[in-house]
Amino acid sequence: MDESRPIFVQIAEGIENDILSGLLAEETQVPSTNEFAAYYRINPATAGKGVNLLVDEGVLYKKRGIGMFVAEGSRARIAAKRRDQFASEFVRPLVAEATKLGISRIELADLIRKEEES
Amino acid sequence: MTAVVEVSNLSKRFGQFTAVDGASFSIEENTIHGLLGRNGAGKTTLMQLITGQDFATGGSIRLFGESPVENSRALANVCFVKESQKYPDDFKPRHVLKSAPWFFPEWDAAFAERLVADFRLPLNRRIKKLSRGQLSAIGVIVGLASRAPLTFFDEPYLGLDAVARQTFYDRLLEDYADHPRTVVLSTHLIDEVSNLLERVIVVDEGRIIIDSSSDDLRGSAVTVAGPRAAVDTFVAGREVLHREQLGGLSSATVGRLSEADRTAAARAGLELAPVSLQQLIVRTTTSDTEWSQAS
Repeated sequence: MDESRPIFVQIAEGIENDILSGLLAEETQVPSTNEFAAYYRINPATAGKGVNLLVDEGVLYKKRGIGMFVAEGSRARIAAKRRDQFASEFVRPLVAEATKLGISRIELADLIRKEEES
Repeated sequence: MTAVVEVSNLSKRFGQFTAVDGASFSIEENTIHGLLGRNGAGKTTLMQLITGQDFATGGSIRLFGESPVENSRALANVCFVKESQKYPDDFKPRHVLKSAPWFFPEWDAAFAERLVADFRLPLNRRIKKLSRGQLSAIGVIVGLASRAPLTFFDEPYLGLDAVARQTFYDRLLEDYADHPRTVVLSTHLIDEVSNLLERVIVVDEGRIIIDSSSDDLRGSAVTVAGPRAAVDTFVAGREVLHREQLGGLSSATVGRLSEADRTAAARAGLELAPVSLQQLIVRTTTSDTEWSQAS
């Protein structure tokens, strides 16, 4: 767990990651709040807050008396949201670090290409 | 949220010494609270006052809406696990477990039995002959299996090893999930429990200095590190909780930063590091003189 951000946000991101990677398929059931709490060793109320964040965003939905399920189309929605954040969260720090190390834009592009090939 | 305990302007003096100084806070129902602070900060005194084991000098306490003093009805809902619980001389752990249901109507004997196995507690050895950790295990078992609507754990794990402490946290979370109740954990091992806590109350010199949800506390302080001049410029006009210098480098702990602040810090070549709950509390409860001596 990252100390600087609320745990419930990290729980929500963890679930989103599992949906993105296909580990949690659409229309399948996600673990219960108490299961998340026991697994991550966190307060169940905090786990609940993370799950509810995704319910509010329409990523998960509740089936009464059964549990939480991954909503249809949520994988594409999460991917779209993450794409918007990609530049600020990944590209900007990458370019900043490259500048610090004196890596030119062309060298940087080469490195990315090489990474892809390997 | 309903409060099971409401404390207002509470104070307790022992002669010239003020142990609790105008404390006001409430304990919310079905929530795990951390009651944190340094040795002698007033944590135990507060818990003793709330559980009617001592008389307040001033202020008021409502325990389940009533005064706790000599009030067996309100106190029947409470389990207080003390650091230095005393038992009758000839007692063995099995006697403790056998008598517990007389005091705790919600006592779960099967759960207690499971905990005895988890903590490897010898039931038939005299309590006097037990190790410090085994003695602590008895308290932890009673605190968990009592399922009291309000349970206080006052430094429950002196002498408990890391495995036993983890077992305690796991069992507490599991059982709390199935049987929600109000728990107050008083401890020095803040990093270990910080993820279990929903609310945090910090006491220092008898005063409540933090009373907040742990989500709000996370990220409420950040350490900014980098070249001294850049750090100085960045922290100018902010409240600095703590400062360290190493040659031309400097690091300063400041309050919550906005997204714009973070970008500005990154542009200025400063590194940002999160401050854990434990560090935050160390920094807010350390007096300046100690810091200047330490640094």
